[in-house]
Amino acid sequence: MTLSDRAVAALKKELGSGVLEVESFRGETTVVLDREAIVRACEILRDTPELGFNRLASLTAVDYWPDEPRFSVIYQVFSIPHGQYLGLRIPLQGADAELPTIESVYLNANWFEREVYDMFGILFEGHSDLRRLIMPKDWEGHPLRKDYPLGYEEIQFSFNFDEIDRRKRYAKE
Amino acid sequence: MLEPHLEVTFEELKHLVSERAISGETMVLNMGPQHPSTHGVLRLLLELDGERIVRCNPDIGFLHTGIEKNMESKRYDQALVMTDRMDYLNTVGNNLCFTLAVEKLIDIDVPERAQVIRVILVELQRIASHLIFLASHALDLAAASVFLYCFREREIILDIFEMCSGARMMTSYIRPGGLWRDVPDEFEDAVRNFVKIFPKRIQQYEDLLSNNPLYIDRTRGIGEISREDAIRWGLTGPALRAAGEPFDLRRAVPYTGYERYDFDIPLGSKGDTYDRYIVRIEEMRQSLRIIQQAVDSIPAGPWRSNNRKFVPPPRSELGHSMEALIHHFKLWTEGFSAPKGAVYVPVESARGEIGCYLVGDGGPKPYRVHFQTPSLSNLQVLPVLAEGCLVADLVAIISSLDPILGDVDR
Repeated sequence: MTLSDRAVAALKKELGSGVLEVESFRGETTVVLDREAIVRACEILRDTPELGFNRLASLTAVDYWPDEPRFSVIYQVFSIPHGQYLGLRIPLQGADAELPTIESVYLNANWFEREVYDMFGILFEGHSDLRRLIMPKDWEGHPLRKDYPLGYEEIQFSFNFDEIDRRKRYAKE
Repeated sequence: MLEPHLEVTFEELKHLVSERAISGETMVLNMGPQHPSTHGVLRLLLELDGERIVRCNPDIGFLHTGIEKNMESKRYDQALVMTDRMDYLNTVGNNLCFTLAVEKLIDIDVPERAQVIRVILVELQRIASHLIFLASHALDLAAASVFLYCFREREIILDIFEMCSGARMMTSYIRPGGLWRDVPDEFEDAVRNFVKIFPKRIQQYEDLLSNNPLYIDRTRGIGEISREDAIRWGLTGPALRAAGEPFDLRRAVPYTGYERYDFDIPLGSKGDTYDRYIVRIEEMRQSLRIIQQAVDSIPAGPWRSNNRKFVPPPRSELGHSMEALIHHFKLWTEGFSAPKGAVYVPVESARGEIGCYLVGDGGPKPYRVHFQTPSLSNLQVLPVLAEGCLVADLVAIISSLDPILGDVDR
């Protein structure tokens, strides 16, 4: 029985219906969880001695717009004693993109969650300092969402010069 | 349309400083982003009690270039080029991380020769990166001559990269399925020559710094962190090993054939600035051991995969093989398609764990690429390390974490 099997078994035993699904792709195991179960799941993974997932390696999100559930928040936890990764995935509805913070379990989730909030607009309940991490404070929108365009300057022609000029906020002065 | 709020209100940032700053007992000072000792565009909001740091708030994002967003509109082979621009002192390592992720997603074989050459280049890159660390770290502590020696040796490594890929820094040499092209005939001799001269040069750096009382005064006991805290805060790379935790991805989750090489994981005991320096010096020696073993065992044979659905055919076949021409045309116009699915591939870079989370959607462009970068993980711990230090020591701590701001902000 591999470490990921033991981890999945422990999570299923403790959380019951909190474990929605277990995915496997190219030898990587990802446990799909209900958002209410994430803090407890992280505590189990970190504190059970025979699992020992004591390092949060990565925390990010994916936007599947226009599909629903729109967002997936993805955690990669690593067990230093056993040298193995385990993926956790939380699906979130676009209209209700909110989930509890895991800052209390893994301290370095602080900045990672701020980055996800900054880039996707996903809110982390109970986070100690949920500000934008990378984009400026007054930035509008969340750049890594799929409905956020890549950018480029709008080109002004004589017929729509004034209309575009009104939208340009910084070019006027 | 909302008016932009360019001014930050007092209430919004009140929680970043202590009560004493509000009563005026301590001073709030801005350091950076244009400051030579912050290694790029890092801004720090410091709360000072005299010269002592009460709180330190890093403010990042000044070098954000939207690499992750841009990659979503590029083909896999085009996205690879952007990884060079992320951590610009670990370009080959970033190529390797992204390439391994793509290879895992499309499930392709990599010939033995390519793997061994990859290891040599990545280890050379690690040494080059540690040399820049040493150069800038010593310069921050006013030991200016070390800077010149380190850049002299780094030049030899960059010459080897230029010999292989045509570029000194932005190499894009490691490609899905193998390498861009085979290494030239002079490659082995150049690497052997470097392996021969470099141990003496490491000794020279050590003679200048390791027992230097001025250097030890500035680094011993500065920015200490315990082993438990280092794990809880998610420190990575040499900074974590300096705290005494023997975690190295080359050993823990071997990739590219690292399990075949014999090397030690250098460890510190106290997790202070001096330990982080010693660990990196020792890592350069271990990298040399790996390079020596690898260069002695470069096998002959193909240097990229023969799978024509993902790897372009050799130029020589285009003149007489219709099939090769079709593959060439398809690969350079629409690119190859990766299956639906997501992979996470971690690699030990010079700064620690760099992880690539790659999502494929069945098309020729990645649906989502995320890089979990070691500079970001390490910089997050700076407030913990800096508390109670002097401002002059803060400079030593920042450089001992070796953050690359292109890697932090991406």
